[in-house]
Amino acid sequence: MIHQFYKKGHYIVLDVDTSTLMTVDEMTYHLIEDFLQFDQNALIARYAPRYGEQQVKDAIVEIQTMIDKQLLFTDHRYDPAFYHGHDGVKALCLHIAHDCNLKCDYCFASQGDFKGERSLMSLEVGKKAIDFVIEASKHRKNIEIDFFGGEPLMNFDVVKGIVDYARKREKETGKRFNFTMTTNGVLLDQEKRDYLNDTMQNVVLSLDGRKEVHDRVRKTLNDKGSYDVISENILAMVKERGDKEYYVRGTYTKYNMDFSEDVTFLAEQGIREISIEPVVAKKDQDYAILKEDLPRILEEYDILLDKMIADYREQPEGSYRFFHYLLDLSNGPCVYKRLSGCGAGNDYLAVTPEGDLYPCHQFVGEERFKLGTLDTGLEQKEMSVAFKKANLLEKEDCQKCWCKYFCGGGCHANAYNFNQTLLKPYDVACEIEKKRVENALTLQIIKSEEH
Amino acid sequence: MKHIRIINQGNLSDIKNKGCGECQTSCQSACKTSCTVGNQQCQQSK
Ligand code: SF4
Ligand code: SF4
Ligand code: SF4
Repeated sequence: MIHQFYKKGHYIVLDVDTSTLMTVDEMTYHLIEDFLQFDQNALIARYAPRYGEQQVKDAIVEIQTMIDKQLLFTDHRYDPAFYHGHDGVKALCLHIAHDCNLKCDYCFASQGDFKGERSLMSLEVGKKAIDFVIEASKHRKNIEIDFFGGEPLMNFDVVKGIVDYARKREKETGKRFNFTMTTNGVLLDQEKRDYLNDTMQNVVLSLDGRKEVHDRVRKTLNDKGSYDVISENILAMVKERGDKEYYVRGTYTKYNMDFSEDVTFLAEQGIREISIEPVVAKKDQDYAILKEDLPRILEEYDILLDKMIADYREQPEGSYRFFHYLLDLSNGPCVYKRLSGCGAGNDYLAVTPEGDLYPCHQFVGEERFKLGTLDTGLEQKEMSVAFKKANLLEKEDCQKCWCKYFCGGGCHANAYNFNQTLLKPYDVACEIEKKRVENALTLQIIKSEEH
Repeated sequence: MKHIRIINQGNLSDIKNKGCGECQTSCQSACKTSCTVGNQQCQQSK
């Protein structure tokens, strides 16, 4: 399968199955479009008047060379049986606190309590989770633990206790733990920043962008905007983070479909690593992004691309990066990883403060998705199997999609929320994803052409 | 080649020694609402 598009003066061709990316001239672009439909004489007859016979013949030779090298029009199909998943769990999202010191309108955690009682994870449950994943990860060495909430810093002592315990178990077992945290920044004082900088491989800091955008949805418990409370902490954290990984992660909603302004606003504050994501919401919410908003949203991604190109031209490495415009074309993941996507319900599980296990943070509190507990282990085996089965090879839409090896098959929670099945991806999210990937590829091309 | 410029020569279909499962789970890393695997890194190439 191939995918062709024209953008920013470039005729771009992607060979999907090998992930070979190329730029071509206008004539070759059209020849590739028609290549499988017409024989060579017909192609020459068709295009020679416009481009000259010799030119057309030369281009055909080049196209044929690419085909012979198996870099164009490749067709690698994998039998559904090819994907059998991985044995065991290797990542946990620990819901350290089902409680929050903010109440953001769009929070899928329903203001931090995840549709249940407010609660904090005990150290005992946290340790059990560590023991569980050591066992469940089987032969795999690298384990990821994300401290999530609600707001994990509301239960900071338990975070520290869990990290200490995991470090001790690391020595005994030869496993390697990587820690990450997602925080809203309210409690991010110097002591906590120092601690997180020492221990966390990645820190995700929630900030939506411009003050008025942020304040409209991210509110304090007494209904004021939270921007002034958190921005200083977050900016200090970014500064102190040095070379270590972090993301300032915002959410855009129907209220700020001009979200590229928020990206550049964050960049102007000196933030380099930026991720702004569409809100996940039920249809009836005022702030939900619906199908009719798509043209505007897609346009905004193009505006963001323009801004990033301009920034990049001003300074070689660019002054900021946008998570979804990053692509590692040469060191990216293997096809096996790309087939499996997010790994929810198999590689990845969420653990509630009580020790209940769910496929991922987005399903927490939905009783029918409860997979088991830390005490009983994974009991609902059919549910894990259903998640494993929801890989690229089993989804009809994805099989036909040019974007599949960049996307990985979309978010199961989105698919389930909108289509009541794990096997049909949410089409609005797909359109956004395809736009982001086209733009990310374009940015790569511009960087490589201008270097 | 005069008409085609290769930006990246992909080898996605080469699966020898791949699929070890040691790399980071995608959603975990940054966004928590989508997956996107194209911007992840292979642990083997780190
Ligand atoms: S570490 Fe590399 S080879 Fe192993 S599963 Fe991940 S992407 Fe594939
Ligand atoms: S964009 Fe949609 S159809 Fe395409 S691979 Fe992703 S989830 Fe599947
Ligand atoms: S189902 Fe969605 S939210 Fe859950 S881990 Fe997968 S991509 Fe992330």
